[in-house]
Amino acid sequence: MRDNAILVVVARFLIPLVMLFGLYVQFHGEYSPGGGFQAGVLFASAWILFVFIYGLETALRVIPQRLIYALASLGVLLYALIGVLGVVLGGHFLDFYPLLDAPKAAQQTGIILVEFGVGVTVAAVVMLIFLLFARRRADTVAAGLDPDAADDVRVDAE
Amino acid sequence: MSSITELMPFVVLIPLIAGPVCALLPGRGLPWLLATLAMTTAFILSAMVLAAVFDGATLSYAFGNWAPPVGIEYRVDAANAFVALLITGVSAILLPWGKPLVDDEVPERQGSFYALVLIALAGLLGITLTGDVFNVFVFLEISSLATYGLIAHGRDRRALIAAFRYLIMGTVGATFLLIGIAVLYILTGSLNMVDIAERLPTAEGARALQVGLGFIVVGLAIKLALFPLHHWLPNAYTYAPSLISALIAATATKVALYVMLRFIFDVFGAAYSFAALPLAAALMALAIGSMFAGSWLAIMQSNLKRMLAYSSVAQVGYMVLGVSLTTLAGLSAAFLHLFNHGLMKAALFASAGLVAYRCGGLGMNDLRGIGRQMPWTLTAFALAGVSLVGLPPTAGFISKWYLLSAAVAADQLWLVGLILITSLMALIYIARVVEIAWMQPRPEGAPAVQEAHWTLLAPVWVLVAANFWFGIDTRLTVGGATRAAQALAGGVWP
Repeated sequence: MRDNAILVVVARFLIPLVMLFGLYVQFHGEYSPGGGFQAGVLFASAWILFVFIYGLETALRVIPQRLIYALASLGVLLYALIGVLGVVLGGHFLDFYPLLDAPKAAQQTGIILVEFGVGVTVAAVVMLIFLLFARRRADTVAAGLDPDAADDVRVDAE
Repeated sequence: MSSITELMPFVVLIPLIAGPVCALLPGRGLPWLLATLAMTTAFILSAMVLAAVFDGATLSYAFGNWAPPVGIEYRVDAANAFVALLITGVSAILLPWGKPLVDDEVPERQGSFYALVLIALAGLLGITLTGDVFNVFVFLEISSLATYGLIAHGRDRRALIAAFRYLIMGTVGATFLLIGIAVLYILTGSLNMVDIAERLPTAEGARALQVGLGFIVVGLAIKLALFPLHHWLPNAYTYAPSLISALIAATATKVALYVMLRFIFDVFGAAYSFAALPLAAALMALAIGSMFAGSWLAIMQSNLKRMLAYSSVAQVGYMVLGVSLTTLAGLSAAFLHLFNHGLMKAALFASAGLVAYRCGGLGMNDLRGIGRQMPWTLTAFALAGVSLVGLPPTAGFISKWYLLSAAVAADQLWLVGLILITSLMALIYIARVVEIAWMQPRPEGAPAVQEAHWTLLAPVWVLVAANFWFGIDTRLTVGGATRAAQALAGGVWP
């Protein structure tokens, strides 16, 4: 779809905006509606729009598949790390008060960090779900088969 | 005492955190090593937790230091510590056993495979330890989703359909549970188990509460594979990779039973639950149905793993039968069988896994004459089978004995006959395998099969030895089960 000028211009305009909005939802999550989950999905939707316009290979040059896999785990680990940090500093798991001296700032910091972990994992997993379906279709087309009849063909081939 | 309270949530957190680390590790050795270390540590921790609560104490841990009922609370007494010990113990023994089998069955991307194993186990442990009903639902979904993925790893393509079927049934079960939890939340405005139990008396007349209890019991009965809701189980156990069959057979249904009991006794209260719905009669009927249908279908099977899977349905029946007697002795027998059955099924599935590993197939034809070529594996199978049938001096005998005496004490003499008949049916299907494996000659031209390596046999024999150990020294099992029953129904039931 790279040849369609209208799509390319609109996408070029929209993709950064959607990503920015995702980041806004991410970092305002602790005192306004939003948070890591919603932000992750928004961010991934911008990425999916990019794939629609510029193709999967271009998108994977920016964020390789291995990195997406790693990010899916690293987000959870950031969450766990902050949780364990509360224990190490003398509190309970996911206890944010020991993180900083000022209680309000401590809660805010803890929530932002934990939600950032959630956002990274959700974005990476949504991207992976899309990626795996897209890959499967691309592989089927590359094998010279009709992708919409792919399931029947594959079962017969076994 | 206080330090063990601080450590207690790590029984869940260690596998939960080790899971995503595992997904990042390359190769075949490291993910397995991390998974084994994580579950061994969790096992040691849960043994310490059980020791701390054995005398009737309760440990409470508030996540994020948000005091319950606002925050999420982990609340551990003898009942859940006992179940957690079974889950972590069985997985700490099975993971070292399963390495070569996983190398064989899941050659690629083992990092994410072991990550799923750890997350499934963390989910089961989370259900067990939490004191928050919504947390139960979340962990149920975590463990179920991971388990669907693990079953789909089976080499046979039918594993995909089995996993999908389990996904549909499991989702229906989880949805029912969630509807029940929503009703509880609407009526009481709380999600903390203790808090709900305190507030429920004001809502006891409500029809909605009855409906909520019904939804929760049926939803968990699906997860428990209680007859006639067991249809997902045989295929799931049969086509899953050997390690997964053994792990989930020993743990998943047990956790579902535990959490059902926790809801019935601690959240709704035994007095309300058994008066609001005809639970005792319904559970007894379904339990007897499970015992007979499971045993009968097990006799009919021509695949070893499938036979063991149907036998699991029958064994779940014994546990539920113990509960349906509505006595403390019956409930203790249920907990006792929950633990002992975990041990025997782990041993049986583990030795069946070795046969599949060496011999390729698990049809009764593949098994002909295999006993002489794999004597150690098949002896382990036969001895674990003795425990399943319930002959002394095995753990199976102890749980049957306590179940029988509970039935007699409850003046339900007719149940004694039914338990004995289904035990004989178990003898038939176990003896059939032994007969085929030892007495029949190896088919002409069948390739020679080698005995499994001793490193594979050792964990299986540890499980078999545990079956005999707990048949003689019952301090841990009977003591733990009695205290678990006491923690749930003490003071309510005679």
